Amino acid sequence: MPQPISATNDFVVKFANVNGSGSASANQLFAKSILRMGVPIASRNIFPSNIQGLPTWFEVRVSGEGHLGRRGGVDLMVAMNPQTWDRDVAEIDPGGYLFYDSTKPLPQSKFRPDINVIGVPLTQMCNAAYTDARQRQLFKNIMYVGALSALLGIDPAAIEKLLGEQYKGKEKLAKSNQDAFHMGRDWALANLQCPIGLRLQPSDRVGNRIYVDGNSAAALGAVYGGATVCAWYPITPSTSLAEAFERWCRRFRIEPETGKKRYAIVQAEDELASIGLVIGASWNGARAFTATSGPGISLMQEFVGLSYFAEIPSVIFDVQRAGPSTGMPTRTQQSDVLSAAYASHGDTKHIVLFPEDPRECFEMGAQAFDLADRFQQPVFVLLDLDIGMNDWLCEPFAWDDSRRMDRGKVMTAEMLEAGTTFGRYLDVDGDGVPYRTYPGTHPSKGAFFTRGTSRDRFAKYTEQGAAYVDNMQRLLRKFETAKSYVPRPVEREAAQPARHGVIYYGSSSAAMKEALLALEAEGIHLDALRIRAFPFHDDVMDFISRHEKVFVVEQNRDAQLRTLLINEGSINPARLIPILHYDGTPITARFIRAAIAEKAPALNVVPLAGAAAE
Amino acid sequence: MSFLPKPKLHHPSLPKNALGYTRRDYEGSISTLCAGCGHDSISAAIIQACFELDIEPHRVAKLSGIGCSSKTPDYFLGASHGFNSVHGRMPSVLTGANLANRDLIYLGVSGDGDSASIGLGQFAHSMRRGVNMTYIVENNGVYGLTKGQFSATSDRGSKSKKGAVNTDEAIDLVGLALQLGATYVARSFSGDKAQLVPLIKGALRHQGAAFIDCISPCVAFNNHEGSTKSYDFVREHNEAVNRLDVIFGRDPISADYAPGEVREVVQHDGSVLRLRKLHADYDPTDRVAAMNYLQERKAAGEIVTGLLYIDPEPQDLHANLGTVAVPLNQLDDAALCPGAAALEKVNASLR
Repeated sequence: MPQPISATNDFVVKFANVNGSGSASANQLFAKSILRMGVPIASRNIFPSNIQGLPTWFEVRVSGEGHLGRRGGVDLMVAMNPQTWDRDVAEIDPGGYLFYDSTKPLPQSKFRPDINVIGVPLTQMCNAAYTDARQRQLFKNIMYVGALSALLGIDPAAIEKLLGEQYKGKEKLAKSNQDAFHMGRDWALANLQCPIGLRLQPSDRVGNRIYVDGNSAAALGAVYGGATVCAWYPITPSTSLAEAFERWCRRFRIEPETGKKRYAIVQAEDELASIGLVIGASWNGARAFTATSGPGISLMQEFVGLSYFAEIPSVIFDVQRAGPSTGMPTRTQQSDVLSAAYASHGDTKHIVLFPEDPRECFEMGAQAFDLADRFQQPVFVLLDLDIGMNDWLCEPFAWDDSRRMDRGKVMTAEMLEAGTTFGRYLDVDGDGVPYRTYPGTHPSKGAFFTRGTSRDRFAKYTEQGAAYVDNMQRLLRKFETAKSYVPRPVEREAAQPARHGVIYYGSSSAAMKEALLALEAEGIHLDALRIRAFPFHDDVMDFISRHEKVFVVEQNRDAQLRTLLINEGSINPARLIPILHYDGTPITARFIRAAIAEKAPALNVVPLAGAAAE
Repeated sequence: MSFLPKPKLHHPSLPKNALGYTRRDYEGSISTLCAGCGHDSISAAIIQACFELDIEPHRVAKLSGIGCSSKTPDYFLGASHGFNSVHGRMPSVLTGANLANRDLIYLGVSGDGDSASIGLGQFAHSMRRGVNMTYIVENNGVYGLTKGQFSATSDRGSKSKKGAVNTDEAIDLVGLALQLGATYVARSFSGDKAQLVPLIKGALRHQGAAFIDCISPCVAFNNHEGSTKSYDFVREHNEAVNRLDVIFGRDPISADYAPGEVREVVQHDGSVLRLRKLHADYDPTDRVAAMNYLQERKAAGEIVTGLLYIDPEPQDLHANLGTVAVPLNQLDDAALCPGAAALEKVNASLR
């Protein structure tokens, strides 16, 4: 028997549950109570494409240091699902802990000699206390939270407060939950050695951060960004984004005098109709978006080309999942980078934003509408399942009240009346961005015919090569202008001057930050650049040119961002070394560290200062 | 066809409508369709209807998909914004546009390939959502731009110009529109302008999903012997159930009609649809009876035309969604952005 794992504010607890058993709210309670103690956590749902009955897991990484990536490994398994018992038990690190419902005795062969077993007769206690079957099930979950609070040293006052908040106005429910919580807690205190080696200690590392999922945050960003039309088709993992938009709108977008809605949400018949609605609404001057995932992006390709070529704003939130085809619909990946950046047939390029966490989902969720209006083209916001559907600890949302929507170049009736020349595709400012008019603006001026066919600067249909090339070149100029408007990359310099660098983006950020610290401790110093948008800001190519080799960390098989970098910057492929994680689980610091450390010796990743001293 | 630009000068004696516009103000570019194309007659009927209804041209948004019919919005209402979108997807683009600004008049123009084949789904869903629009299908039963393939509205047994016989069942868009909840459903014939213009006027005045299936012979590929969408065939088999006039206020019924021959339907906006009955028993407010009648006449080989169904008090998509009266595209920052203080409260609830 190895030494029982002993750790304070630094361990991983994994809950193995059955889908639909009501465990989610109990697990959420557990996670939030730790946050209320001021201890940072990173939590993740691991779930199948299923509604009821299949296994589901919830993983809580407690990290006093504030690491928010997935760690890997399990110190304490709360094994509530007999169906997955064997693999759950096998997953526990040696010296770790197994918490289970000991009502029904299990043979010795079902356990491992190198772990610590903690049995609590949950079913028996529930059956004694409750007669209703649903209550027995639900309170069993709260009861294990009670027992865990005793075993790990969670402040019971924090839990009681959370239950009070959750059942505000339903005091009876709050009370019965608190009773169940104490039933579990008291049994553990009386019958088990508490606490175990894994302990929680109050801390101040959470600060004023918030705990929220990326889909809700992006939807709130859309509200703040002025979106009024949402058209969508249900698809995991993006569904909760559209649903959150409706929730926020009910709160913030009801006209007080009439109770009417300052928004319109249409659940369309498919993704084609969704993007069609968005384009129609944007053409007519409303801010509109859709939320989807990879298969939806595939279906929208033709319309995205129209949005690009006819220059109609559109905002597409793509919560990426593992492809191709139906792939692993409930697993995460960053595998739509290329299909978003170059979506549709013909020569196209689109603005793509890469938020790293819910805070940036909010910011970019709002900014996407300004960019779409300013550049009159599609803007993709690329979340992924990991950011979108999990609660993340992140900086609070912020908003500057002096900010106004940037509606871009819209010619008004007054401008037309004053005799301003209007050519829908006329580059009057040299930035590639033409003026548009909204339908119905002026009785006799400013009307034009929008079409996906080629046209001249005054929107007249033409198939003349010169006019077509003129237009395509202007579109390139416009994309060039966009470079300085999109979010700039963020650079983190190594502690010592570094010869090599690493590029990463999106949800890999948390794991990358942690990996950089670990690599640094091993003497591997890398400058790091987090890319936040396409088109790539000049800083990106500058970063690559300043380093001999650059690792590109991604969560897909084919190194899609690397391909985009090579293509857009004419980079020698040998200089960009792919680090790829794509099994559907969120990337970990352990993985990145190991993958880079393995390749490092060949690159002579010795700090420049160290090399000079030799 | 000629590509000469139309002269801007108007004859001073051209009649003007209440807004001071002449019929010419409702025209567009010169048509590039074949001489004699039924679609050009429909464009002319749209121009006439808008002129007679005193509609400000710029308050109309005209949208279409892809195909011969979808080119036509370029040929009428030159002062309106037009949108020639993606094949079969006009309904979704129009629906989005309508959501953005409920104050404009939406005119969707499509064809049988555009609406019955590639766009059947979008056609169906725009009808069932009750989008406030006039949706005209210029139905010629054939793919013109790609030179003569059967479309999904070609009748079984109909012969192509090359002699091939269509073995597939035809999709009846009128039947679908009735079933899917369209609140104004008509069928007409591009060769019968007297019937078509009032039907378009009634549809433009209708505050819900108005659908007109307009049979429009293709002179190049579907006007031969054996076709069921040719001028001759449609004229021979046309079975009009009523004749429509759209009027405002209550002009006295002229003495031409015998008692019981005229029925009036008042639409939500006050316009009166005066229907001269050609079939004594036909009740255009009875949806189920209309569907039965259409099936029955179809089996007898007739093409039923006229105003087939009308719900004078329709509920449109905006009413269903409960949106504000102000067009969504006119809401400003103050109406849309909850601001920093509200955000602070959101933050507090997430700790």
